[in-house]
Amino acid sequence: MMHYMRAFNGIVWRELLRFLQQRERFLAALVRPLIWLIIFAAGFRAALGISIIPPYQTYITYDVYITPGLLAMIQLFNGMQSSLAMVYDREMGSMRVLLTTPLPRWFLLLSRLFAGVLVSLFQVYAFLLVAWFFGVELPLWGYVAALPALILTGMMFGSLGMLLSSTIKQLENFAGIMNFVIFPMFFASSALYPLWKMREGSLWLYYISFYNPFTWAVELIRFAFYLEVNWQALAVVSGCTVLFLALSVWAYDPSFGIQQRKIGTAPVTG
Amino acid sequence: MQKEACEHVPPRSPVLTVKNVSYWYGDKRALDDVSFDVYPGKVTALLGPNGAGKTTLFSLITRLFDAPEGRIEICGRAATEWGAKALGPLGVVFQQPTLDLDLTVKQNLRYFAALRGLRRKEADERMIAALKALDMAERIGERVRSLNGGHRRRVEIARSLLHSPQLLLLDEPTIGLDDPTRRAIVRHVHELARRDNIGVLWATHLFDEVQPDDDLLVISRGTIVARGVAKEVVAETGAKDLGGAFTLLIGGETEQDVAA
Repeated sequence: MMHYMRAFNGIVWRELLRFLQQRERFLAALVRPLIWLIIFAAGFRAALGISIIPPYQTYITYDVYITPGLLAMIQLFNGMQSSLAMVYDREMGSMRVLLTTPLPRWFLLLSRLFAGVLVSLFQVYAFLLVAWFFGVELPLWGYVAALPALILTGMMFGSLGMLLSSTIKQLENFAGIMNFVIFPMFFASSALYPLWKMREGSLWLYYISFYNPFTWAVELIRFAFYLEVNWQALAVVSGCTVLFLALSVWAYDPSFGIQQRKIGTAPVTG
Repeated sequence: MQKEACEHVPPRSPVLTVKNVSYWYGDKRALDDVSFDVYPGKVTALLGPNGAGKTTLFSLITRLFDAPEGRIEICGRAATEWGAKALGPLGVVFQQPTLDLDLTVKQNLRYFAALRGLRRKEADERMIAALKALDMAERIGERVRSLNGGHRRRVEIARSLLHSPQLLLLDEPTIGLDDPTRRAIVRHVHELARRDNIGVLWATHLFDEVQPDDDLLVISRGTIVARGVAKEVVAETGAKDLGGAFTLLIGGETEQDVAA
């Protein structure tokens, strides 16, 4: 058991070290949602009225509405960044050090996933602090209550990233994945507009958004800030996390996975 | 803790056994019915040209992926049945560099030590000893990115020894290094094998890295074409040195890939 704990600490410690060394990454993680909050929300505040829908019990400003979506966006970007780091580690060889550790691969992947979630939580709370200075005030206890939801959503995005990292053959292909995953997931969701509003505008977009796991991550976070549980969101996010994680573990399994194609083909020189 | 993993193995038993292992990439055969043993305290040189299957064999032994045919035993137990624990007795230096360039030497070694379950204090002590043995102790605080290729290799070798492995796998560890550094590493590993009773599998395409008393496996196109004590293999072919013997054994097809 001590071996598991030390390995877990080692993996988390390494991720934090790498994160602290990449100040640009931290800055980008803050600036991206802040641009949405300050510029986009300011413009839409006048154009888009948010009626009273659960979990809100009163009228809210648009910047308060989009904050959970921006938190999910931070976590989605972070999940993809972790995925990119895994592809980079595989290409640079350091992934081999992790995969030849005498511990079950699921544990190693899960530890790496937790490390990524921890990094995303730093980013999320730093953003919330900055957003507070810009006047986005959420219920005080919501900052605490949202933590379990943020951990779960972070795990969902992290495991999605991990799954993608097992299917991406080369680092160069990653930009395409970013475009095809991050932006459609974010825009076709309830991050920017409530689902009922979307339904009025476009039925097909409503259905895409309804079946988009990102929507449910946003809703889980949104409700948690108001000390409520959106059970449907919880079920979807939990289910997706388990599914993505199981597929990742399968993909990285030495007996069954698809990882051997990548590890096997690239460096066969001797 | 890794010592315990091999404690059940009777003395003079192989620390690594590869039995009838075959492997394909699609329809391209990379290994064909490969079998051999590696014994404690001995260096086994796996000599073959580029593309002979050495790296594939290392990937299978380290369980980066599993062999669909054949059996690999570490300390007498099948690696696939033993699971991840089979990797416990292994120290590995891959052909491809595996250090994190943005971390310091110390941070890299501490990370590895944590993955191997070593306590921080114990890890630091071992790290200093391993780096001292390779004349790298004074570079411990430097970022790996600032080290040259030879020094990075030394750090990787030091790292592979941190947890006192029973089986050391070295996949062309001296590639790209200058002659004095290569010779120093060859000497150090042979000393380690003798002193600490470690079984070493050393993949190389350089003849001068094979000592006359080493066990030798010559691999070509995924097949073991000769085996035995190096000096005896040379004598059996009637060649005057290992280079000549190698050319005879692999039919002279790819000797340009192999250098003295």
